[in-house]
Amino acid sequence: MTDGPLVLGIESSCDETGVGVVRGRTLLANTVSSSMDEHVRFGGVIPEIASRAHLDAMVPTLRAALDTAGVALEDLDAIAVTSGPGLSGALMVGVAAAKALAVATGKPLYAINHLVAHVGVGVLEDSGIEGFQGAFDDGLPRGLGALLVSGGHTEILAVEDLTRDVRLLGATLDDAAGEAYDKVARVLGLDYPGGPAIDAAARRGDPTAFRLPRGLTAGKYMGSAEKPGPHRYDFSFSGLKTAVARVVEAYEAEGEPVPVEDVAASFQEAVADVITRKAVLACTEQGLTTLLLGGGVAANSRLRELTAERCAAHGIELVVPKLSLCTDNGAMVAALAARVVAEGRAPSDLGFAVDPSLPVTTVSV
Amino acid sequence: MLLCLDSSAVASAALVTGGGEVLGSFASPDTRSHAEVLAPAVRALLADRGLTGADLGGILVGTGPGPFTGLRAGIATARALAFAWDLPLHGLMSLEAVAQDAAGAARAAGHDEFLVLTDARRKEVYWARFALAEDGPRPVGGPGVAAAGQLPELPAYGRGAGLYADRLARPVAEFAEAQPTASSLGLAAVRRAARGEALSPDTTPLYLRESDAKVPGPRKRASA
Ligand SMILES: [Zn+2]
Repeated sequence: MTDGPLVLGIESSCDETGVGVVRGRTLLANTVSSSMDEHVRFGGVIPEIASRAHLDAMVPTLRAALDTAGVALEDLDAIAVTSGPGLSGALMVGVAAAKALAVATGKPLYAINHLVAHVGVGVLEDSGIEGFQGAFDDGLPRGLGALLVSGGHTEILAVEDLTRDVRLLGATLDDAAGEAYDKVARVLGLDYPGGPAIDAAARRGDPTAFRLPRGLTAGKYMGSAEKPGPHRYDFSFSGLKTAVARVVEAYEAEGEPVPVEDVAASFQEAVADVITRKAVLACTEQGLTTLLLGGGVAANSRLRELTAERCAAHGIELVVPKLSLCTDNGAMVAALAARVVAEGRAPSDLGFAVDPSLPVTTVSV
Repeated sequence: MLLCLDSSAVASAALVTGGGEVLGSFASPDTRSHAEVLAPAVRALLADRGLTGADLGGILVGTGPGPFTGLRAGIATARALAFAWDLPLHGLMSLEAVAQDAAGAARAAGHDEFLVLTDARRKEVYWARFALAEDGPRPVGGPGVAAAGQLPELPAYGRGAGLYADRLARPVAEFAEAQPTASSLGLAAVRRAARGEALSPDTTPLYLRESDAKVPGPRKRASA
């Protein structure tokens, strides 16, 4: 058990209603209610359905998290909430609830950046999964990078100082990786969410069966280390998605069965290859010697394997938080806020707005 | 004393006593900043009068109908406040607030039945039908969502009637801008209590429309 501020964090940027309680670097509760099942028949997250579910789940999740942590609202030192980036209507529910709690308790409220919170979760003790380095036990390492991959985001960050200096090195220009998984799963007739379904099918397939495009890897986008192109560390998955659809249609046109497992494996290989290649390139060129892998797609076996392999080959230390801390949750919001509070930073003005495209340079609003 | 909130149109908050006195109220000038303004408004309402949650007997929130995102901001605020202060939580249909405001004018004009309409966007209105009894308006129809032209030919009060005055038989011009407010909602609740009707603990939002989600059809061909 560590000392430090007792913080409650609320997360509602996508389809998980999360409430976490943290004391300093110790996790006391991480309660999540997901509306994922309600999105299955649509093959993707429907913002209005997610927002309705957040409203229903908010107080029960809050109550459960406080019970688990064994703390009362009046014990808290601060309240924190994701104010962006994310789905605007979904963010609004968490922000309204958090502001109300701040008014009712008189506690300071911190509006927190969701993406940076995915990195902040790494400061919790025992946050790591087996086989990989865990928390940043001796404080944050210098030269920290983060690779965030989920249904909502695909980003490479440079984290100079967790609470005040975070830069976006690269991001997807179109679909998030997880979204591409969902869309390709649909084309292949696999279940939603696409990540686990494709991962499972790919295990029985040949990743070299189809040569699928790696987006934004051409010279004109990449440039060179000295003269970087416009999208050296950026991603694009729309071309890959279209290429998969063409492969499937070609089989269908011939009346042949689609080799689902080979297509899934080839697709997964293309995603993991381009993501890890660019992340490792960014690390080596930007002097990042530790890489944190976060977001729900961190659960993908091939992405983890290839990230580990390529990080090892380049002398980069890999940190992968536990899956329950990788997917969207309130504990990560609380963990980052605890750090912000400990550094004596001012709380947010109660009048702040949600910002669906909050830049990573704004760690707390 | 009730802390009343409504965010079905504008964002509003008010302190209303059991005797029907409005001790303080706030209403935002626009319909798009609910999650920003509501909590600071509640804090100011209480602080200005030296009150805390302990001075309240309950929280009342308008359950709509209204545009979804704004509506949720008020309900989320009310639920979280009631949880944190451990206070009874009540919900009341938001159009009751406009009916409360319109009752005097309706009585003076001899209207024994009338409609309340608010803006539902997408060329539709949210509506409810009220009968004017001795002890105030009582809901007798709705709430619903419809094109203004499809509604019965009754006197129509509220911003929805102002927006679609040309499609309504009897729009009431003096109420063309009227929106639900927390203070009027609170007064409507007090009036209900006075005639022995218990307040509902239900704060389920009256969305009245499904989410826009569509189950995807057959996929489009990539090479078409
Ligand atoms: Zn996330």
